[in-house]
Amino acid sequence: MNAIPVTQPSLSKVSARDVNVYYGQKHALKHVDLDIRPNDVTALIGPSGCGKSTFLRCINRMNDLIDNAQVTGLLTLDGDDVYDRNIDVVQLRARVGMVFQKPNPFPKSIYDNVAYGPRIHGMARDQAELDEIVMGSLEKAGLLAEVKDRLEETGTGLSGGQQQRLCIARAIAVAPEVILMDEPCSALDPIATAKVEELIDELRENFTIVIVTHSMQQAARVSQRTAFFHLGELVEVGDTEQIFTNPQHPLTQGYITGRFG
Amino acid sequence: MSDHTVKSYDEELAHLTNIIARMGGMAEAQFASALQALSKRDSDLAARVVAGDTRVDELEHEVQQFTVRLLALRQPVASDLRHIVAALKIGAELERVADYAANVAKRSLVLNQLPPVKPVSAVLHLAHLVQEILKDILDAYIERDVEKAIRVWNRDEEVDDLYTGLFRELITYMMEDPRTITACTHLMFMAKNIERIGDHATNIAETLHFLVVGTPIKGERPKGNTVDTE
Ligand SMILES: Nc1ncnc2c1ncn2[C@@H]1O[C@H](COP(=O)(O)OP(=O)(O)OP(=O)(O)O)[C@@H](O)[C@H]1O
Ligand SMILES: [Mg+2]
Repeated sequence: MNAIPVTQPSLSKVSARDVNVYYGQKHALKHVDLDIRPNDVTALIGPSGCGKSTFLRCINRMNDLIDNAQVTGLLTLDGDDVYDRNIDVVQLRARVGMVFQKPNPFPKSIYDNVAYGPRIHGMARDQAELDEIVMGSLEKAGLLAEVKDRLEETGTGLSGGQQQRLCIARAIAVAPEVILMDEPCSALDPIATAKVEELIDELRENFTIVIVTHSMQQAARVSQRTAFFHLGELVEVGDTEQIFTNPQHPLTQGYITGRFG
Repeated sequence: MSDHTVKSYDEELAHLTNIIARMGGMAEAQFASALQALSKRDSDLAARVVAGDTRVDELEHEVQQFTVRLLALRQPVASDLRHIVAALKIGAELERVADYAANVAKRSLVLNQLPPVKPVSAVLHLAHLVQEILKDILDAYIERDVEKAIRVWNRDEEVDDLYTGLFRELITYMMEDPRTITACTHLMFMAKNIERIGDHATNIAETLHFLVVGTPIKGERPKGNTVDTE
C-alpha cells in the first residue's frame, strides 16, 4: 500500500490512499491521497470533469450505484476500510450523509422529508422521540422558524433556498458524522447562499463536512482546508488561507486566479 | 505567468503597475531635484520641489481608488491579491519618500539664507547611496526581481553606517565652530530624512519579496551600529 502520511492518520476522519476510480476504460480519479480532518470543512475545487464529485461519491460508496464504476485503493472512515466486504452500506450512508446540487426534497410533507431517515434506521421509539429529532434537525438547519406552522405542507412547495436547508435537515436527522455536499448553493440566490454558508459554519461543530464548489469565494469563505483537483489528480491540498494567498502549484495558481488555458 | 481568461483584468493589473512606476519615477525626480537644490543652493528649484509634492499625493490617491475598485470588482486571490495589496503598500511608501524629499527641499530654502558649511558634501554622499538604492528597488519592482530586492534589503546596513558616521561628523563640526550650529542642525534633520528614504526603499524590498514569493524575507537584517536620534 502506498501510504503517504499527508497528516497523521489518527487525526483524520476520512483518509484516502492511492484511490483510483475507473468508469469503464476511463481513469477518472488517479492515485488520490487525501486526509479529511474531523470538524473541518474541506472544499474540493477544480475545473469541470476533474473528479470532484467522483471523489465525493467514493466516501459513501455512491459509486457502487454506477454500473461501470470501479474503485481501487484504500478509503477509511475513522480508520475502518469503507470498501471492506463486511461493511453495511446502508449503515455507512447513515454515517456519511449527502446533500446534492439541486435541492431534491421527496414529494412528501416537510415533516416526512426529515422523518424519513430516522424511521428507516429505527432511531425513534415513539412519536414524541421522532418529533424531537425532526424539530431538532429543522432547528439546526435554520429552517424551523420558517416552517413550524406548515409542517404538513409538501416540501417541494418551499423556495429553493428553503428546500436546500430542508435537504440539509434531512441529512443531519440521521445524526451522520460526515456530510458531503456537492455544489449545494449553485441554485441559490446570494441571501439563501449566505444562510447555507452560515449553517455550514455552525454544523462544523458537530460534523465533518466535505463540500464541492465552483465558487472560489465560497471555498474561501466556508472551508478550513482546500483541495484542488485537475484531470483526476489531486494537485494540491492545504489550509484554505494558504491556497488562496500563496498556492504552491502553478496549476492551482492558474485555476483560482482565472488564468486557465 | 500566462494571461487571465478575462483580458480587461490583465489590463487593470498592468495599469496598477504603471501608476506605481510613474509614482516611483516622480519620487526619484523629486528627491534628485531636492539634492540639486541643496548642492547648488538653488532656491527656485527647492520651491518647485515643495510645490510638486501634491502631484505625488494625487497619484497615491489614484492607487488607493484603483486598488479598492479591483478588490471589490475582481475579488482577487493568490498572486493577483498580492500584486494589488503590494501596490497599495508601495504607493504609500513612495508617498513618504516624496514627502521626505520635499522636507529636504524646505530645509535647503532655510540653508540658503545662511553661510555655506562644509558637511553639505557628506550629506550629499549619503544621499547618493540612498538614490542608488531607491533606483534599484524601483527597477526590481518593474522586473519583479526578488534577488535584486534582497540585495537592496541588505544594503540598508550601509546607509545606517554612513548615517552614524555623518552624525558624528556634524557634531564635531558644530563643537569646533558654534556659528555653524543652525546650519548643521538643519543638515542633521536632512540626513535623518534621507536615511528614512532608505528605510522606505527597504520596506518596498520586503513588500516586493512578499509579492513575488508569497512569504516575508527570511532572517534578521544585519543591523549597523545605529544611534537612535529620533
Ligand atoms: N457515470 C459515469 N460514466 C462515465 N464517465 C463518468 C461518469 N461520471 C463521471 N464520469 C467522468 O469522470 C470524470 C470526472 O467526473 P466528475 O463528475 O467527478 O467531475 P466533477 O469534477 O464533479 O465535474 P463538475 O464540476 O462538472 O461536476 C469526467 O471526465 C466525467 O465525464
Ligand atoms: Mg460534479
